[in-house]
Amino acid sequence: MADGPAATPVVNPTLADDIDVFGDVRTNHARQMDDRKFTINFGPQHPAAHGVLRLVLELDGEVVTRVDPHIGLLHRGTEKLMEARTYLQNVPYLDRLDYVAPMNQEHAFCLAIERLLGIEVPYRAQLIRVLYSEIGRILSHMLNVTTQAMDVGALTPPLWGFEQREQLMVFYERACGARLHANYFRPGGVHQDLPMALIDDIHAWCEKFPAALHQIEQLVTENRIFKQRNVDIGVVSKQQALDSAFTGVMLRGSDIAWDLRKSQPYECYAEMDFDIVVGKNGDCWDRYLCRVEEMKQSNRIMEQCIHKLRNCPGEPVMIEDNKIVPPRRGEMKRSMESLIHHFKLYTEGFRTPEGEVYAAVEAPKGEFGIYLVSDGTNKPYRVKISAPGFRHLQAMDWMNRGHMLADVSAILGSLDIVFGEVDR
Amino acid sequence: MSAEAFIPPLPQGHLAAVAHNESVLTPLGQEMVAELSVDATVAYGELTLVCHRDRIVEVMTSLRDRFGFQQLLDVCGVDYPERAERFDVVYHLLSMTRNARIRVKVSTDEQSPVPSVVGVYSSADWFEREAFDMYGMLFSGHPDMRRLLTDYGFQGHPLRKDFPMSGYVEVRYDEEQKRVVYEPVKLTQEFRNFDFLSPWEGAEYPAPVLPGDEKAAGSAGTPSGGKV
Repeated sequence: MADGPAATPVVNPTLADDIDVFGDVRTNHARQMDDRKFTINFGPQHPAAHGVLRLVLELDGEVVTRVDPHIGLLHRGTEKLMEARTYLQNVPYLDRLDYVAPMNQEHAFCLAIERLLGIEVPYRAQLIRVLYSEIGRILSHMLNVTTQAMDVGALTPPLWGFEQREQLMVFYERACGARLHANYFRPGGVHQDLPMALIDDIHAWCEKFPAALHQIEQLVTENRIFKQRNVDIGVVSKQQALDSAFTGVMLRGSDIAWDLRKSQPYECYAEMDFDIVVGKNGDCWDRYLCRVEEMKQSNRIMEQCIHKLRNCPGEPVMIEDNKIVPPRRGEMKRSMESLIHHFKLYTEGFRTPEGEVYAAVEAPKGEFGIYLVSDGTNKPYRVKISAPGFRHLQAMDWMNRGHMLADVSAILGSLDIVFGEVDR
Repeated sequence: MSAEAFIPPLPQGHLAAVAHNESVLTPLGQEMVAELSVDATVAYGELTLVCHRDRIVEVMTSLRDRFGFQQLLDVCGVDYPERAERFDVVYHLLSMTRNARIRVKVSTDEQSPVPSVVGVYSSADWFEREAFDMYGMLFSGHPDMRRLLTDYGFQGHPLRKDFPMSGYVEVRYDEEQKRVVYEPVKLTQEFRNFDFLSPWEGAEYPAPVLPGDEKAAGSAGTPSGGKV
């Protein structure tokens, strides 16, 4: 360096004391440059983002200081679309929300309509609804539990878990013809009765499932890496869980025994024998344990449903009122009255009385609510879908503060997010 | 790991539950009317409170502290364009100790802000952002009011009744510009909004004259079967 004659070694006063004053192995220069603080994008293409979540993470070194979830990348305007369609045409939209447990969503919508219409669903239809809601719960929990393990590094659990899910999907398909987008629960009951052979096969599956679940548990539950990544991570206190409007496993993981199936029983849940599962510490591992245990409880409920279904073969699965429920195809071919009803229901649809209802079910991810405003016509005036994933995702910020970057995916995994219902 | 529910279960059956809710919520509603001076109605087994928007924070605070409604599970907007104050903001609350739900409604228009309840229930944060995004009603005192669900730079409020179903812009990837471009919506076929409300009486609009009908005297404008 060619210095002029006046050049004396200029000491930058801020760099002069380039010593480790604060004991954090950083020079003053580094501290001034603030080189530890930076902002990164997590997603929307990240495999642990469970879909299309974009998280803007503000980091201090490896410690998360702020999380700003950017959602809406899967926003399809479901609520707007539903305002332009009849009630019956709207049922399939509900499948596309939480697409790992489609029938549970339909259930809430059907309950809302049934409350407006003041109708009671036949007993056999209630049993089928409960049976398939619990299948949905296992589908959802199995996906979440195993992919949560995958988020923290394990690859085998999803492979084993998806084998079980595949069999349940086949049960979906055999009941309604579709693996995912079921459109099976209808206002007034379920679309078709289950064949006896299907009930037998579900029963056979129920008997084998605990062993399969046990195998997955052996892989994951006490796994050293899994526990290191999940125990004491994302701890939620009781008060925090209440303030943040947590529902479902997020609430029960924090030791609040609240389950709509017990406290506000809908359908025939009141006569089912099952336990509410609660966690003790409210961390990611407790939520994992809750989900595993809930799958066992769901299995119990399914077995009871099967037993009861076998006791009432051939009973109706839809109400008989043809002003709401379309007539059967065979009747339609013979009876003029049925043909007229069929035509009316598939063009105009049925009308609901004016009013507003909020119907909620205990979906696998938490309380799934439908707020339905009816203006007395054949289309809903307003449908608000209150999705558990949406409520849980907004807690990402405070749940992650102070955790390491690697914990973000563990916490996100334990929230059980599906973007279909978050973005709607 | 398992525990018993701390609430005795409700009576079984859809209609029985509705009747039970009404019998429980009616006195509760009367109590709230006396305490908070709000309007209360019970319908379909659900209690709805209506208050003025300026009092919403006060009402929510006492619902939480005095009546034990621990959770705010939903906030949403509803649009009634024909009203002077076109928007409703609807809050859904849950009490686990009472095992009861209530709904609180306030009304507002495009200009008058509704005080934010984030200070009372922190879960209101995203709900209010979503309601603003979808309807454009304002919330005063919200810590971080941004759009939530719509695209970056989106204009308009899609859930308003006067917002068209097909929207105004569409996006595609432009191979020449190597980026996503926004263009006005082009529909290859006009958006069809069938009026199925009453297929028997025909549609409300002046239906076109059917072929052959033009010969009949005085048929123009009043087609056969049309609603008069």
